[in-house]
Amino acid sequence: MHFFAEYFNYLKIKKMSEIAQKVKGIIIDKLGVEESEVTPEASFTNDLGADSLDTVELIMEFEKEFNISIPDDQAENIATVGQAISYLEENVK
Amino acid sequence: MNLRRVVVTGLGALTPIGNNTQSYWEGLSNGVSGAAPITKFDTEKFRTKFACEIKGFNVQEYLDRKEARKMDPFTQYAMVVAQEAMEDAAIDLDKVNLDKAGVIWGSGIGGLWSFQEEVKNYANNDCTPRFNPFFIPKMIIDISAGYLSIKYGFRGPNFSTVSACASSTNALIDAMNYIKLGYMDIAISGGSEASVTEAGIGGFNAMKALSERNDDPSTASRPFDKDRDGFVLGEGAGALILEEYEHAKARGAKIYAELIGGGMSADAHHITAPHPKGLGVITVMKSALANAGLAPETMDYINVHGTSTPLGDLSESMAIRKVFGEHAYNLNISSTKSMTGHLLGSAGAIEAIACLLAIENQVVPPTINHFTDDEALDNKLNFTFGKAQHRTVDVAMSNTFGFGGHNTSIIFRKLND
Repeated sequence: MHFFAEYFNYLKIKKMSEIAQKVKGIIIDKLGVEESEVTPEASFTNDLGADSLDTVELIMEFEKEFNISIPDDQAENIATVGQAISYLEENVK
Repeated sequence: MNLRRVVVTGLGALTPIGNNTQSYWEGLSNGVSGAAPITKFDTEKFRTKFACEIKGFNVQEYLDRKEARKMDPFTQYAMVVAQEAMEDAAIDLDKVNLDKAGVIWGSGIGGLWSFQEEVKNYANNDCTPRFNPFFIPKMIIDISAGYLSIKYGFRGPNFSTVSACASSTNALIDAMNYIKLGYMDIAISGGSEASVTEAGIGGFNAMKALSERNDDPSTASRPFDKDRDGFVLGEGAGALILEEYEHAKARGAKIYAELIGGGMSADAHHITAPHPKGLGVITVMKSALANAGLAPETMDYINVHGTSTPLGDLSESMAIRKVFGEHAYNLNISSTKSMTGHLLGSAGAIEAIACLLAIENQVVPPTINHFTDDEALDNKLNFTFGKAQHRTVDVAMSNTFGFGGHNTSIIFRKLND
């Protein structure tokens, strides 16, 4: 049992880091920023130079990449890199 | 009312025969064809498989990737030529009244590629509306004028003109008039087009407007030749810096020529076919001459619309004979579309540049691809077939006509005072 618990934990961490990598990749591509700028605290609009249209496009790219639908009221709460990663980690199956 | 005078102080060109003004002129004066098989998409199912695409163009040499990504190619082209023209004009933005600096920019179709791709994407995804937030601002025709104002901080008049293939000549006429009237001191004007796409080729093919000479693309655009069979679609852009004469003189600017007048008219006849007697075209050339205050006998060179369609070339040449009388045989006529193809809404801009460079170099660029005389045409007219001709070019006119029956003419004159 102990082995399986550890294995599931490993899979979960693996999935989490895959999501984080993909999210970072999308942000770098769409906002034209350097990887070093894409820290968990970085705000799309205040730190990474996104305007309101860029932000909409980012959310759409996340939806496309992870094949989910992010409702508008929840999309409004995704303003930083970290918030995007945690939302997707919780909601991507 | 004393109108101010308008001169041209900067040029920028991105064309199928050269990616800047200098290489464009080299192509023009050497009679180079820009036509070749289409590289942008698979043409297997298309009737026409060639076009005049721009070549060796990498947008990232001009714009940063993030900026370029949000622009349709027609706006990317606009940014590139405007930058060349602004550098050529050597304008110090700190010394310009930006409230009197404007942008008037033409395009016939605008962001056709963006429109096509987004709608394709929509239709391919069981019609769930997942449109990109940049879809509309990439596609709309006026966005190039908007981007240019943002880049240079030009806060004066700003809009786009739309009259199909006459669009950028309308832009130049509007910019000229606003400077004459004192609304602006300086303007970025011209036009851009990027419609070599599936929708562009397929759409014009459906109208039977395009040449289908797939076995020999480089001779397909053959204005005034007996065997002309339609136009060759081109893409690219041209920018002109128009400036009030005293303003240009005060800063010691290089002046190419004076934009002395323009004319506008409608055929009021048919959406795509020209008036058989060239009525609208006669009117537009006459009104351009009247606006410029010039007699027909002063004209040295006419860069014609001459798209290589059977009807258009005939009615335009008849109209020239009518307006210029016997003098029609003394002036030079050429269709540079024989080399560049038809750039639709940016044709007027690059052909205005051809006129300015003809004045600067005292050389008339040729109408290439002439093989057989068309007995329906008045062949005493000098169509400048084959090779460029040296001659005095002090006054030059550019004609452009658009689907919808829109006609425009502008006249440039060498500055001599």
